[in-house]
Amino acid sequence: MPRIAVTVDGIGYEEDVEPRLLLVHLLRDRLGKTGTPIGCDTSNCGACTVMLDGKSVKSCSVLAVQADGGDVVTIEGLAANGTMHPMQQAFHEEHALQCGYCTPGMVIAAIDLLRQNPDPSEEAIREGLEGNLCRCTGYCNIVRAVRRGAAVKTP
Amino acid sequence: MIPAPFDYLRPASLREASEALASDEDAKVLAGGQSLLPLLRLRLSYPSLLVDVSRLSELTGIRDEGDHVFIGAMATHDDVTRSAEVTAGCPLVALAAATVADPAVRHRGTFGGSLAHADPAGDLPAVALALECVMVTSSREIPAADFFLDYLETALGPGEILLGVKVPKLGPGWGFHYEKFHRTAQAWAIVGVAAAVRRSNGSIQEARIGLTNMGPTPLRALATETALRGVELGDAVAQACSQAAEGTSPTADLHAQPDYRRHLAQVLTQRAIRAAAGAP
Amino acid sequence: MTEELDAGLVAQQVAESGMLSEPGEGKEVGRARKRKEDARLLTGRTQWTDNIQLPGMLYIAFKRSPMAHARITGVDVSGAKGMPGVVAAFSGQDFADEQGSLPCAWPVSENVVIPDHPPMAVEEVRYPGEAVACVVATDRYLAADALDAIDVDYEPLPVVLDMTEALTDASPKVHEAGNRAFTWTFAQGDMEAALRDAPVVIDRTYVQQRLIPTAMEPRAVVATTDGDGFTLWTSTQVPHVLRVMLALTTGVPEHKLRVIAPDVGGGFGSKLQVTAEEVLCLLLTRKLGKPVKWTESRSEGNMTVHHGRDQIQHITLAAEADGRIRGLKVELLADMGAYLMLVTPGVPLLGAFMFNGIYKMDAYSFDCTGVFTTKMPTDAYRGAGRPEATYAIERVMDELADELGLDPIEVRRRNWIRHEEFPYTTIAGLTYDSGNYEAATEKALALFGYDKLRAEQADRRDRGDPVQLGIGVSTYTEMCGLAPSRVLGSLAYAAGGWEHGSVRMLPTGKVEVVTGTSPHGQGHETAWSQIVADSLGVPFEDVAVMHGDTAISHKGMDTYGSRSLVVGGMAVLQACEKVKDKARKLAAHALECSADDLDFAQGSFTVKGTTSSKTIQELALAAFAAHDLPDGLEPRLDADATFDPDNFSFPHGTHLCAIEVDTETGMAKIRKYVAVDDVGRVVNPLIVEGQVHGGLAQGIAQALFEEAVHDADGNLLTATMADYLLPSAADLPDFVTDRTETPATSNPLGVKGVGEAGTIASTPAVVNAIVDALRPRGVHDIQMPCTPERIWRAIR
Repeated sequence: MPRIAVTVDGIGYEEDVEPRLLLVHLLRDRLGKTGTPIGCDTSNCGACTVMLDGKSVKSCSVLAVQADGGDVVTIEGLAANGTMHPMQQAFHEEHALQCGYCTPGMVIAAIDLLRQNPDPSEEAIREGLEGNLCRCTGYCNIVRAVRRGAAVKTP
Repeated sequence: MIPAPFDYLRPASLREASEALASDEDAKVLAGGQSLLPLLRLRLSYPSLLVDVSRLSELTGIRDEGDHVFIGAMATHDDVTRSAEVTAGCPLVALAAATVADPAVRHRGTFGGSLAHADPAGDLPAVALALECVMVTSSREIPAADFFLDYLETALGPGEILLGVKVPKLGPGWGFHYEKFHRTAQAWAIVGVAAAVRRSNGSIQEARIGLTNMGPTPLRALATETALRGVELGDAVAQACSQAAEGTSPTADLHAQPDYRRHLAQVLTQRAIRAAAGAP
Repeated sequence: MTEELDAGLVAQQVAESGMLSEPGEGKEVGRARKRKEDARLLTGRTQWTDNIQLPGMLYIAFKRSPMAHARITGVDVSGAKGMPGVVAAFSGQDFADEQGSLPCAWPVSENVVIPDHPPMAVEEVRYPGEAVACVVATDRYLAADALDAIDVDYEPLPVVLDMTEALTDASPKVHEAGNRAFTWTFAQGDMEAALRDAPVVIDRTYVQQRLIPTAMEPRAVVATTDGDGFTLWTSTQVPHVLRVMLALTTGVPEHKLRVIAPDVGGGFGSKLQVTAEEVLCLLLTRKLGKPVKWTESRSEGNMTVHHGRDQIQHITLAAEADGRIRGLKVELLADMGAYLMLVTPGVPLLGAFMFNGIYKMDAYSFDCTGVFTTKMPTDAYRGAGRPEATYAIERVMDELADELGLDPIEVRRRNWIRHEEFPYTTIAGLTYDSGNYEAATEKALALFGYDKLRAEQADRRDRGDPVQLGIGVSTYTEMCGLAPSRVLGSLAYAAGGWEHGSVRMLPTGKVEVVTGTSPHGQGHETAWSQIVADSLGVPFEDVAVMHGDTAISHKGMDTYGSRSLVVGGMAVLQACEKVKDKARKLAAHALECSADDLDFAQGSFTVKGTTSSKTIQELALAAFAAHDLPDGLEPRLDADATFDPDNFSFPHGTHLCAIEVDTETGMAKIRKYVAVDDVGRVVNPLIVEGQVHGGLAQGIAQALFEEAVHDADGNLLTATMADYLLPSAADLPDFVTDRTETPATSNPLGVKGVGEAGTIASTPAVVNAIVDALRPRGVHDIQMPCTPERIWRAIR
């Protein structure tokens, strides 16, 4: 069984994993990082989106062995010193979540979007979030939240 | 869902990778995994061994090599989209790569992987065909026209690994466009058209057209390419593009019947040609 | 509609008419409070059912039928039993003596056929994905592997896919008793007279395609036993209903069963169910004495979470030459799927009283046949019956307008109930308590820029623009706030419609609220806190709301049918009033005055004309200490209440949609969407707007994207999200939403419910817009979802 080293939300882990173990199951079932949920099996929904080496990935479509040596940030690793990340705060302010199941992936995708485009238009936000499905909000408030998050990051 | 068990090899060398693949006919190459992982999870594929080629140096990088740009097989769609070499030398590749799936998938999915997977609904095979790319493998070079053999089937032999692609730089005077038609942003193309057009003195000198999802492999719209030669932008373009579906054999699926796909090929080819030619 | 209205003027008129209430000074109700629920959801500190880990937990995987209809001739689980990590494997036969039949709680008619519905198939499978065996293993990966080692032999039986064919004598049968599940009719007025010599008669057939609800959280169940009692965590909307039904189905005594709905990731009706998997997980923990977990995959869920819609609607509308409606005749076929689940046959009945919409007419008849097919059962999906009915009437109103050359707004105006006519008893027998269709429509038209868009439409038509513009109208109402118990009883619904709430002041003056509703994204913790804060005069932050656990919330009817605020929020308010009554007695005792001499404001009782007062927090502490209580008063400051209104509530509104249709490709793209909804008094405008947005997205998705498709063998072709298309942010426009506020009179809060309104209204608005764009080409209908291909075929 391959042994991998991976950093998750700032903590280093060494784990023996079956090759077929999905990164999302490593996070959820082995490391107790249940903040990242699973919504599909075809990489469409994006609920499981995490940062891997600084870029958003769908953790249901990455094998744990592929993440060997990688640095993973999940929704649980965003808050610093008990203060929510500005994007988390923006989602709260704009009521950009209802059931909250898509939210971890959506927030990570939104942060990644701003990494590439710090001041996105509404259209750029909508296209940038095309890989994350939400069934509750109709996306309007998510778009507003990303605008708000962008405003915080680029004063 | 959960993949069935398989073995995993992260080879130290290209040779080790080739040997492992050659010695086990149920072994599969693992690149970014963005096409493979869903198939594994749905248990539509049961490989015995995955050979993870992602860390082999021979497959990485994007380089301007004079008359062409070399795109390493492991370059992700995101890398390709943002590459200065690609944007300058073969922008059509960047335009099409930017339409693949969604940002997170583009961070993992690779240029080489999507060509080797050879899904005719994928956006890049048609581009590779239109641009007359050359596939560089662990043992030879294969022109794109000879690479795509059938649905999900390429000319790659046992143990043969796609290292990268030479994308010809078409030079000044060429314009490009990728026209993708799909029902939702993350859905596969019902039809896509990759167009490269060289214009001078107000008329089209040369056009190359790759069709996505119009048959079991990517296809060239050769009749239209011929008919476009020397025509001015206007009704003649429409006339030429009405032949875009000639020689195609589009499939029927959930999203479209063949006659509709043929119709779309004509409409979208015209749009792609006009956009590539810089028509208003 | 010819005169464009000034949006500012309308806003002013609405404000002057008192139609949009502002929150009072220092009041919580009406404030856009940010949600209490968000913190845990935003930081990943959630408790989804799949997150729950118990020591020694075992994992269940179900073997599912690859065939839509077959006789099971053999199931061999022995191969699985030898696989690594496998603790047990069972076939349907192993449960035959104990699994009972999944319940149908809505036997709509005398002639209803309710077939036995074993949670695990024993002799026959009747829809693709039906569970035929299961594996219990130490790990979810090993459980999945062991499924491949189970052998099931099937003898294929003919599939039944088409409702019309299913009702012919020659059709194969889904069940012995035949394919007719029930018939249900309702008629009022003289339909024959209405049709006789009618200047206009419009006949249309509309098909409500089958939908897959697709809540983002796949279902999951955890079940455990301590050897005596049982606890079941499940991703459900209805923990209370489920507990009763599981007790009745499995024989686990109700008092030994605790059902918990932890964080639940959306439902939309799909988790208003008693599922096979919930029953089987409970039976498995009983068999094995170990905690078990089952989590479905999305492709499993697309097959086996109940589906929605799926009706064929024959509509006949008779009207006068001036557009006034004489009568409406509805003949409905409703696809039940293979079995009747919790409220399967009741869904079309929820539409039976809604086909007449907001319009006056002389005659109405409704004739519904429920039909069995070899597909997943249908059941409640956001709106449940009302979107289907609203679609039909709003589509046919546009046809009427077209027939008479009238503007679609005008034809509606000539028929709708005028605001001064409320309360109004409709031809379908419901009494609409309040409404103002004129105001909502005027506001919507102004926000939309109706006349300007009509001018653009005319211009594009004149120019022969390949991109045509269409404008769709939908003026809807719906019956929701599901209650009243008496009415539900008269419709043969097995349960009541009341809701329960309890409110208790803690010694430190904080407040705990227990609600019988079971939120899964709706924000009850926030909204109920606002109601309680106003009623008791305590800070919003001092209120905690608990729900979704039958050991904590011992009574409830749960969350569906836009009922939570209207019924459950009201119950909480009534419990607050009782707490205040008790507090008043305590205050009178403490302040040595008569209870009548006390004024209550901002959380304090003050003796009239003095400054002598007690805060409700002080009284809570006094009640707790019990040192000096008036005779006969117990040492607690809490109360329970149930609320059961005497009528449904009737939100309404006007939605306008502008769509650009590319006539070369058939692609339809929404350019502008305006929704003006009247959901009565608003407790939290942020939450209301969010509910409207989400409802719109789902209704639009029915119009444009979603469809469950089966092949000729009955296999579901849309089992993954790659094939069942859901819209992303990139596929939807920004929505313009606004409100009018005509309070409901059926509850003291004046609230109407908002969960389903957007979905109900939007589907016909979108399709009306597409058809409107293409009318010059002779198009009168496009089958949903209006795919580019279907649009292209309609106009080629």
